[in-house]
Amino acid sequence: MSRKKPGEFQVVNHSVAREDGVAKVTGRAVYASDIRLEGMAYAKLLRSPFAHARILSIDASEALRQPGVIAVLHGNNLQGIDPYYGHAVKDHPLLAIGKVRFLGEPVAAVVAEDERSAYEALESVRVEYEELPGVLEVDAALADGAPLVHETSYAGGSFRGFDDPGSMKASNICQEVHLEWGDVAAAFAQAAQVVEGVYYFPMAYAYAMEAYVSIADYNDSGLTVYSSAQHPFIVRHDLAGVFGLFLNRVRVVVPFVGGGYGSKSYTKIEPLTAACSWKAKRPVKLQLSVAEAMLTTRNDDARVRIRTAVDREGRLVAREATIHLNTGAYAENSPLVARKAANRIVGPYRIPNVKVDCCAIYTNTVPASSFRGFGATQVTFPGESQMDELAEKLSCHPVEFRRKNLAARGESIHPGLRPLDADLAGDIAMVVQALETDKPLSKGHGRAVACSASDAGSDPVTSTIVHVYADGSVSVMTGSTELGQGSHTVLRQIAAEEMGVELQKVRVIGPDTAVTPFERSTGASRTTTLMGRAVLEACQEAIVQLRDMAAEILKTAPENLILERSGVAFQDRRLSWQDVLRTFFGLSDCSIIGRAYLRKVGDLALLPVFWEIGCTGVEIAVDAETGRICLERLVTVGDVGLAIHPAMVEGQDLGAATMGLGIGLYEELLYEGQQLLNGNLLDYRVPRFSDLAPKIDLLLVQNQDGRGPYGAKGGGEGSLNPIPACLANALYQATGVRLRRLPLTPERVWRALREQRNKGDNVGH
Amino acid sequence: MKVPVEITVNGTRHRSEVEPRLLLVHYLRDVLDLTGTHVGCETGLCGACTILLDGEAVKSCMMLAVQANVRAVETVEGLSVEGELDAVQRGFWEEHGLQCGFCTPGMLLSAHDLLRRSPQPTEEEIQRAIHGNLCRCTGYQTIVKAIQNAGDKMRAGKPSAASSSPSTRGRR
Repeated sequence: MSRKKPGEFQVVNHSVAREDGVAKVTGRAVYASDIRLEGMAYAKLLRSPFAHARILSIDASEALRQPGVIAVLHGNNLQGIDPYYGHAVKDHPLLAIGKVRFLGEPVAAVVAEDERSAYEALESVRVEYEELPGVLEVDAALADGAPLVHETSYAGGSFRGFDDPGSMKASNICQEVHLEWGDVAAAFAQAAQVVEGVYYFPMAYAYAMEAYVSIADYNDSGLTVYSSAQHPFIVRHDLAGVFGLFLNRVRVVVPFVGGGYGSKSYTKIEPLTAACSWKAKRPVKLQLSVAEAMLTTRNDDARVRIRTAVDREGRLVAREATIHLNTGAYAENSPLVARKAANRIVGPYRIPNVKVDCCAIYTNTVPASSFRGFGATQVTFPGESQMDELAEKLSCHPVEFRRKNLAARGESIHPGLRPLDADLAGDIAMVVQALETDKPLSKGHGRAVACSASDAGSDPVTSTIVHVYADGSVSVMTGSTELGQGSHTVLRQIAAEEMGVELQKVRVIGPDTAVTPFERSTGASRTTTLMGRAVLEACQEAIVQLRDMAAEILKTAPENLILERSGVAFQDRRLSWQDVLRTFFGLSDCSIIGRAYLRKVGDLALLPVFWEIGCTGVEIAVDAETGRICLERLVTVGDVGLAIHPAMVEGQDLGAATMGLGIGLYEELLYEGQQLLNGNLLDYRVPRFSDLAPKIDLLLVQNQDGRGPYGAKGGGEGSLNPIPACLANALYQATGVRLRRLPLTPERVWRALREQRNKGDNVGH
Repeated sequence: MKVPVEITVNGTRHRSEVEPRLLLVHYLRDVLDLTGTHVGCETGLCGACTILLDGEAVKSCMMLAVQANVRAVETVEGLSVEGELDAVQRGFWEEHGLQCGFCTPGMLLSAHDLLRRSPQPTEEEIQRAIHGNLCRCTGYQTIVKAIQNAGDKMRAGKPSAASSSPSTRGRR
């Protein structure tokens, strides 16, 4: 079947109205925090005041006597459930057991009739601690004789679709990943030029405006949880483990989610909320504040020692890196972050000799986990900084240097993984053109272009059901979570395109693990590619059934029928799908089911599902007096195969780039000793309206080269990854100052400029 | 101890007995069940809880319910009239000025406050006016366009009742 091209689609490839638009502009959109169940009680958490301490005793008797208090949970009264969870490493107790591992770790939960009673009773919970020496940074954690964050080893979690974390030995090393091909030592020995440096990627907070919230109802028929989770099926898996329930007894429902950006992936407060309900025998709501959310998950901050070599012709010959990730107190998704950081440090380049050692390291800090683009963000900054550093050594334009080394479509950048499925040379040419790099720069201005390639899509296990009704309407049952990225709109478009119905006739339902078929997760930019393809295939499967029914009605063979946009034709007769269903069943309100599932076979056998491309350009202005960097111009490329919804791809790209801007210029969680200094929105600076660049170009590339519907592939993370490197490289171009530590705060820039001036003065005299 | 308050919300007068410490945002959400106004940072920074108080944008997490006594509050639920979206709502929908939607109610009311004062705001004015509202999804550009679009609609008169959904935009 020939594939439709842009311009030939009815619904897809158009920026249609958002499916959730009316609900969201009228205030009718329901988020988990809006849900209230009959008889619902409220939980509040007592948090550890120490980064590392033994819990000597917990006395909840006085708290239990407080007005309105129903139950108090703590590490000593969780008998009857398995209190540990974790999809990669089962190391995370739902409340601290025996000891606390970071300042802010939940130690006790008070369940009461209302939030205030729960909150007020917290101070009546008596906890005796014996403070222990802690490890707050990776060097301290790796030192000989360092205190151990975890004294015991743990079983691996289900770790879906990736390497087994291996046997966990008692050390502060949570996960090691090693990657090697070619002969790195020989390549460096023969190299024409080498650059080497240590780069720091900051500890950052994703700041979903809606903080974590979940509501649990544990009763005789099982467990129902409403949550702000990105991955309801993985939450279900972990809950089933904690309570020893069959999967079909655990129902996880995710209504609208107020931002995720990876921070709501995997399991967070759901096991604790469910335990509160189990103990209190009531539905229980646990709503965290933003300040508490900042004590729940962050990204892995990284120190990357990296060197890169080129030959005389300016071809990359080797890259060697040691990556230390500060994983915090629990593994969460950091083992996978480590794997991805190692994979993604190669970038979209042909490098014949590579050696990477990546280590995720436990410390007594807030647990680190997924954050939009994870792995790629941490390593694209050093990787792409070094591309500019090498270009300068070679007296080559940084763009030319990249062009020379970019892998072409179909070329392998990583042995064992899928060859590159994008045209990066084309992408970079578009950025260069939009950025007008040929025009002279004003004083104090700098421009840069950078790119990245991420092995994206995660484990391709996805399924869906499409109901086709006799009145011409269609429902898509999806386990994908609507985080604002527009998944429900895109899936609706695909179903409308395939079934030949108006957009308004398609309803998207889910996720609800009791109703919607299995989907591994909503992350790694997978939804359009995988769930979108599953929806397309489910529609096609329904159409085959409808065609067979039509053949029976028309008393002919199915292959004699001509498929039309929303029905079949045979000789002079035409039957719409509506006609087919009504005639076949003799009822006007019946329906059939089309279904599809994807797994790691066929064209999805080789990972990644697709390479997610980042290709961005910036122009900045640097104020030499204050050190402040202003973004003057931003160019992004959404290399998405086919933009099912062009405006939403642009929205993802600008949103991602803006997060890159935040991390590049402002955002950093700071510790002083064991205390998180800026764990609130007042002190943690996220991009505001005034940070918007005056000129923005959001470009789309539609080469239909993905494995998703109509050749689509994912986006949404790519435009974040190269932005910090773009900023650092543009700063260098503007001022000659090379900074290897993010964020590029005014103070850092100002100090570097002053140092440069002082050096210059010394040379001058 | 509870105190009586009389607060007009979206044109309807409500009499309630509330604790003096009750925040206005919790009054709206928990007492009146108007959950369109969102609780974000609870420190007055994010703007997700923005409402109109006597026509002016305020952050309802920074006020007590008793401070709104005998005053008029407008929330996102009061914007559409007889099921028809108003110009600002339509602007945000048409220009994709939202993604996750959590900031949207506050943005809509801040936009109303601005457009009342300045019907044809420049981009700079919009930036200044909405500086107290954060959005982590969009990167703000579409929100600027949404507010300009809404201003155009308001100046053109009543929003067209012809269609209840934005037109399909062609491929660009």
